[in-house]
Amino acid sequence: MSNGYIPLHRIPIGRMARVKELTAKDLSRRRMLDLGLISDTMVEALRQSPSGDPVAYQIRGTVIALRAEEAAQIFVELV
Amino acid sequence: MTGSAEEVIALAGNPNTGKSTVFNQLTGLRQHTGNWPGKTVINARGSYTYQGKKYILVDLPGTYSLFANSEEEKVARDFLCFGQPAVTVVVLDATCLERNLNLALQILEMTKNVVICVNLLDEAARKKIQVNLTELAAILGIPVVGTNARDGEGLAQLKEAVRLVAMRGKEAGERVSGSGRGTEPVLYDDPIEECLKELTPVVRAHGGPRLKFNVRWLALRLLEGDDLFLREWNGHGGAGAALAKSVHKARQFLAEKGLGGEELEESIVSAIVRRAEAIAAQVLILPSGNYRLFDRWVDNIVTSKQWGIPLMLLLLVGIFWLTIVGANYPSELLAAGFFRLEERLSALFLATGAPAWLHGLVVLGMCRTLAWVISVMLPPMAIFFPLFTLLEDLGYLPRIAFNLDNFFKRACAHGKQALTMCMGFGCNAAGVIACRIIESPRERMIATITNNFVPCNGRFPTLIALTTIFLGFGQGYFRTLGAALCILAVIVLGVFMTLGVSLLLSKTILRGLPSAFTLELPPYRKPQIGRIIIRSILDRTLFVLGRAVMVAAPAGALIWILANLHVSGMSILSHCAAFLDPFGRLLGMDGYIVMAFLLGIPANEIVIPILIMSYSGAGSMMELGSLGALRDLFVQHGWTWLTAVCTMLFMLNHFPCGTTLLTIKKETHSLKWPLVAFLVPTVCGILLCFTVAQGARLLALFG
Repeated sequence: MSNGYIPLHRIPIGRMARVKELTAKDLSRRRMLDLGLISDTMVEALRQSPSGDPVAYQIRGTVIALRAEEAAQIFVELV
Repeated sequence: MTGSAEEVIALAGNPNTGKSTVFNQLTGLRQHTGNWPGKTVINARGSYTYQGKKYILVDLPGTYSLFANSEEEKVARDFLCFGQPAVTVVVLDATCLERNLNLALQILEMTKNVVICVNLLDEAARKKIQVNLTELAAILGIPVVGTNARDGEGLAQLKEAVRLVAMRGKEAGERVSGSGRGTEPVLYDDPIEECLKELTPVVRAHGGPRLKFNVRWLALRLLEGDDLFLREWNGHGGAGAALAKSVHKARQFLAEKGLGGEELEESIVSAIVRRAEAIAAQVLILPSGNYRLFDRWVDNIVTSKQWGIPLMLLLLVGIFWLTIVGANYPSELLAAGFFRLEERLSALFLATGAPAWLHGLVVLGMCRTLAWVISVMLPPMAIFFPLFTLLEDLGYLPRIAFNLDNFFKRACAHGKQALTMCMGFGCNAAGVIACRIIESPRERMIATITNNFVPCNGRFPTLIALTTIFLGFGQGYFRTLGAALCILAVIVLGVFMTLGVSLLLSKTILRGLPSAFTLELPPYRKPQIGRIIIRSILDRTLFVLGRAVMVAAPAGALIWILANLHVSGMSILSHCAAFLDPFGRLLGMDGYIVMAFLLGIPANEIVIPILIMSYSGAGSMMELGSLGALRDLFVQHGWTWLTAVCTMLFMLNHFPCGTTLLTIKKETHSLKWPLVAFLVPTVCGILLCFTVAQGARLLALFG
């Protein structure tokens, strides 16, 4: 958003980022929270699917794939 | 639950923690397991006896949380709330303990009658992760048992812990589940804790004697305004209106503190996640290096841009090739054996002077159909299923969903549909049930309706047989390779049909936005070859074969009657086939083939047996032998490669079998969707076959 944070789908593969804000709503938001995407959680962009989307992220010891649409609703700061 | 001789035990856990393996090991029931999230979609039940007492074990769907985001989470939570299990066993994956603790804490908030089972300790050891079980038990204040369920390690201790907790729960009675005394599993932000302090006495007072939940937990749900749960609770004789006032007041207070709506939700979830993080930090000793290097290395290959999709296709071709090559010889052996058996039976009937119609009905009708079904279906299934289960066990299937999701996204569908399609290779009815793993109703419906475009094992052997005898190119191994490629082409076509129809459905009768998409890529696991072979043969092969046999025997008898009852000089079957013939010709087939598809509604397995019966009943007798004999019979009745192609196309694209249609009706609670599922592939099949048949004729390839 305006705080200088960038959406998660923009971070390069191999980089780590810290979750700052979720702009997702309702079900999608709840699911992200359940995955442990609360503020200050460290996320690492692991790899792209062969067609570029979705992208797999390392989140709290598990590997979770998110589509660009979903990742765009997670704002992070690069570490 | 009081006074009953049985105890109900719930088995909860994240997806893919080996929960089903624990269930199988405890009960001896063979619920199918696999290394991909969301395997248990219905409550499986089983039981075991320990020290003279019977325990009913309920396997809940694997969930990440209990906030009822999806159908599975709702099922799990409703059972924990309203099923009132005596003990809940929470299975945790030792290799992803932190994330797993999230669910354990949520369950602990509901009930203290919990046993934690830390599973997959061997996998953790392989990754040099150590879990301090004693410390974990001390922190949570409940029994913790470490297991390697796949090898049966630790299960005796688990049973003992369950027995003790069940006993303790009974002695403590309502106090254990009805009060929030002692240390709370999770402490929330101060304003929330303040509200809880005010709200819990009110909840306790208004809850009445039927209130069996933890009061603190209930107060939290009320604060959150969890409508879904409140509705359910009211359905079970829940809250009065007076409570609503207190809740409203508390929520106003929280809103003033900046904890309204989303912020409150985030604060509550964050508190649980942070607690899980803190506990994990206390009980885990992680290796210094990155213990996920191996998984990453494998994923670098199997999901890479260059190799991901080619490798997947190569694997599929490999599996089909092995299936075709491997099945050939045992198929012929079985067929020969059955033929000898048939001769003996015929001789026996002759010797006892049984009437010709009885011989025809039993031997030529039932036995011959059975022999076909078994000799053609058993060998490929006995090879295909273990190989496929191997991929499942390794954890490869979610990678397929990952690799292919973009295609599904473009078709407005969900990547997990790739997994339901994989299930469809086994059985479309099972594939339809598996669609429950897709959270959004629309994408789930798309996956349900299009599952039939994946050839199930009832159609698979037929496809294999037809390709082998009509479409194999070259000689020897090259011929089987050609057949394997043809099978792959059929599957690729099925995938394209699935995607195309998915897109069409989502633009027409199922309009709406795509749902939230998350897909877990679980760690790879060492497969257990021995168990895979036993399980896949017992659970899948014999189960599916059994069902096919049950349908095939009576169907064989019926078809023999149709083929041998003559009305004005022609059999009933021939009358029907003659009637359908012009239509069949239009589609590159003939009346008998169309008739066989229609009569094959109970199960696709019997389409070819019906065809054999109708052809041989209509003309010369045919000795059931090898695929070569089958080819001769078909060629005698005017089959060309075009007939084979069209039959295969229609095999792939026609109405689902009766079982699948019934399953769709059950899953969607309506008659409309099974009807749609019936019409969509049938119309596709008719259009495809018409185009191919008429196109080929136009090109004068065949007159």
